[in-house]
Amino acid sequence: MSSNNPRQQIHGSTAPSTDTRDSRIGEGPDDRFNSKLREAFGSTPFILTKFDKFMNWVRGNSMFMLQFGIACCSIEMMHTYAIKHDLDRFGAGVPRASPRQADVMIVPGTIVSKFGPRMKRVYDQMPEPKFVVGMGSCTISGGPFQEGYNVVKGAEEIIPIDIHVPGCPPRPEALIYGVAKLQERIRNGESTPVVVKPYELEQFGDLPKDELVQKLADDIDEDDLVMRYNWADSP
Amino acid sequence: MSTGLERSQPPVEVSEDELEALLGDRALARDDHLNAPGFVVRPDDVQSVLSDLKERAGFDHLSNLTAQQYEDRYESIYHLKKYADPTQEVSIVVPTPIDDPVSESAAPVFSTADWHEREAFDLVGIDYEGHPDPRRILLPETWQGHPLSLDYDQEKPQLVTLTDHANPIQPDHHDAESDTMFLNIGPHHPATHGVLHLETVLDGETVVDVDPDVGYLHRCEEQMCQNGTYRHQIMPYPDRWDYVSAGLLNEWAYARVAEDLADIEVPDYAQVIRTMGAELCRIASHMLALATFALDVYGDFTAIFQYGMRDREVVQDILEDLTGQRLMFNYFRLGGVAWDLPEPREEFIAKTRDFLDELPAKVDEYNDLLTGNEIFQVRCHDTGVLEPEAAKDYGCTGPVARGSGIDYDLRRDDPYGYYDELEWDVVTEPGCDNYSRVLVRMREVEESAKIIEQCLDLLEDWPEDEREIQANVPRTLKPDADTEVYRAVEGAKGELGIYIRADGTDKPARFKIRSPCFHNLSALPEMANGEYVPDLIASLGSLDIVLGEVDR
Ligand code: SF4
Repeated sequence: MSSNNPRQQIHGSTAPSTDTRDSRIGEGPDDRFNSKLREAFGSTPFILTKFDKFMNWVRGNSMFMLQFGIACCSIEMMHTYAIKHDLDRFGAGVPRASPRQADVMIVPGTIVSKFGPRMKRVYDQMPEPKFVVGMGSCTISGGPFQEGYNVVKGAEEIIPIDIHVPGCPPRPEALIYGVAKLQERIRNGESTPVVVKPYELEQFGDLPKDELVQKLADDIDEDDLVMRYNWADSP
Repeated sequence: MSTGLERSQPPVEVSEDELEALLGDRALARDDHLNAPGFVVRPDDVQSVLSDLKERAGFDHLSNLTAQQYEDRYESIYHLKKYADPTQEVSIVVPTPIDDPVSESAAPVFSTADWHEREAFDLVGIDYEGHPDPRRILLPETWQGHPLSLDYDQEKPQLVTLTDHANPIQPDHHDAESDTMFLNIGPHHPATHGVLHLETVLDGETVVDVDPDVGYLHRCEEQMCQNGTYRHQIMPYPDRWDYVSAGLLNEWAYARVAEDLADIEVPDYAQVIRTMGAELCRIASHMLALATFALDVYGDFTAIFQYGMRDREVVQDILEDLTGQRLMFNYFRLGGVAWDLPEPREEFIAKTRDFLDELPAKVDEYNDLLTGNEIFQVRCHDTGVLEPEAAKDYGCTGPVARGSGIDYDLRRDDPYGYYDELEWDVVTEPGCDNYSRVLVRMREVEESAKIIEQCLDLLEDWPEDEREIQANVPRTLKPDADTEVYRAVEGAKGELGIYIRADGTDKPARFKIRSPCFHNLSALPEMANGEYVPDLIASLGSLDIVLGEVDR
């Protein structure tokens, strides 16, 4: 069909595709769709369920993970997404670069005082309902750096965590297990109560006027958002 | 053959007497460290002493600055080396009184002193007079106190602000002559390779100014190491500095410095195992560098990135067999390694050989996909240019320096392990741009493969009764008080050095880490100012930083 003139008319195919389709399928419904489930449904392929249940099932089966790397654990997290482990097989695959498109955050690494508020900001930007998988000892407790002057003793001090995956770092298999468990819980409609207390983000002006706050009062605007790290009281 | 010490120009030796003559009466006293002669100078002589050493004695590499506090004084130690011959070292010790810790800034002489001194101020609390930018670097601006100083109280609460960033050059409204825009890249951004924040000022699409804001992963590594005992408690931490699977290379940095400090002789067999393990790690690390660089340049998560991860999986598998862990190996021990090759040994050696046999084909693949690709070349040629002089000034090392044609590799120039018995080459590329840095990494993978192959041959034929993996090391190490040593190894990203001061106990009194990424990253403004934003991203990728090592 090579011609320099534009084609004026489009002719229908001489062998309509429905012919081949019909001959392939034959009588009745297509074999390829004949699952056991389909057989059970019989001639009325409708199911009745609660809308909430259905939504939970949907959520658990298509999870959008936030592409979020903090420390060493994120290397194993990358391996979890990549070849060989391939988290996508479990319906929890393609990482999203923006928190606005994600509903699961894997927190892979050590959180320090400077990053804590930023992480909370990212978490806050995710749409509800959202879930968090804490990956590695650092996210659970500060891990090997728990004694550090700058290290937040676990992500739970800042955002609520649904599943903890222990290890330093957890192997990719362990992370997959954690994600699968999270999916299971979501499908069952379970969620974690929000228990974050000590380090909520506050406005500087709202803090109790102790020595430290007085000292900084000249430098910091009343409306600035701040986080207060109270090392002595933290676990 | 070029492992030998031949190089383009033989370095000029400077004897200690000549140094002494050069410094004259500016040298108040001698303070010898295990690695180098040390001279004590007054705080207001810093610039003149350093510039004399740089201009007249050829010490052009300020490899490290250690700051510390004693009961009666603060002290900054400038560790100088030569790019031409890193075994020539000198330390300049600058004591300052406890009530007035002010010392002259070295930033006008060495640009790299800029970040060094900011860190020293941040963590220890020494002020540097004349410093161009005296801010904190690792901790938030609101932090109270200096955590590595002696009177710091760890229990005190701290405040952290979410400061909003104003435009440092122009207010945000339009004006006829200039309309720059302030853009935050990071700290949560896929192209920053972790938690790095780039404060960028743009004019249209051109970068006018970029200021890397680090410290989002400052995990107090130096404090952690100061709290650990030499023998066993420190070794797990190096794995977590450069966590991109360069674990054994980092462990070697600590092993080397501690073995020097405690006079431990490592058996040859263990050295061969170490050399092999370290090079496997280098391959794993460079593979990831390549993969993420492709991700930065193409934004392509599904092809080249996955190729890199595929090959890393193979290397990690081998390393797991060797060390028992996938990422945090903790395999080196002072005086040797934790255990021998896995049994059956033949199987391990065959597996590793298989990997090496497949490597050339994989390298060809990468060349097809990446370095041979026209689009890739257009993106990377002549972008992110880092001239050799600038690179030296910023203290760049590793593939970044070698991509600027600087022939500097501690494996050859300051040999350790088994490297000087093996045949391999130091790779350099003269291009100074993003492309040469990628090429250097690609070619280094091949060199590492050569080294591993020779190690395997050696390990296979090693006499059965001489397979000694550990020297005899006392259970508790207590080096003499006031022994000071700085030692470096060639990590995956460059010169990874550690300074230790012993105080007679079983824990170091000061443990300072010189991380290559910290210095390589400080050169980013030099490479990216005046370029387009995508080139900034590519330049950042080509530096191959790991935030764990930048922030420590
Ligand atoms: S848990 Fe271990 S591997 Fe994970 S971020 Fe912390 S130190 Fe790194």
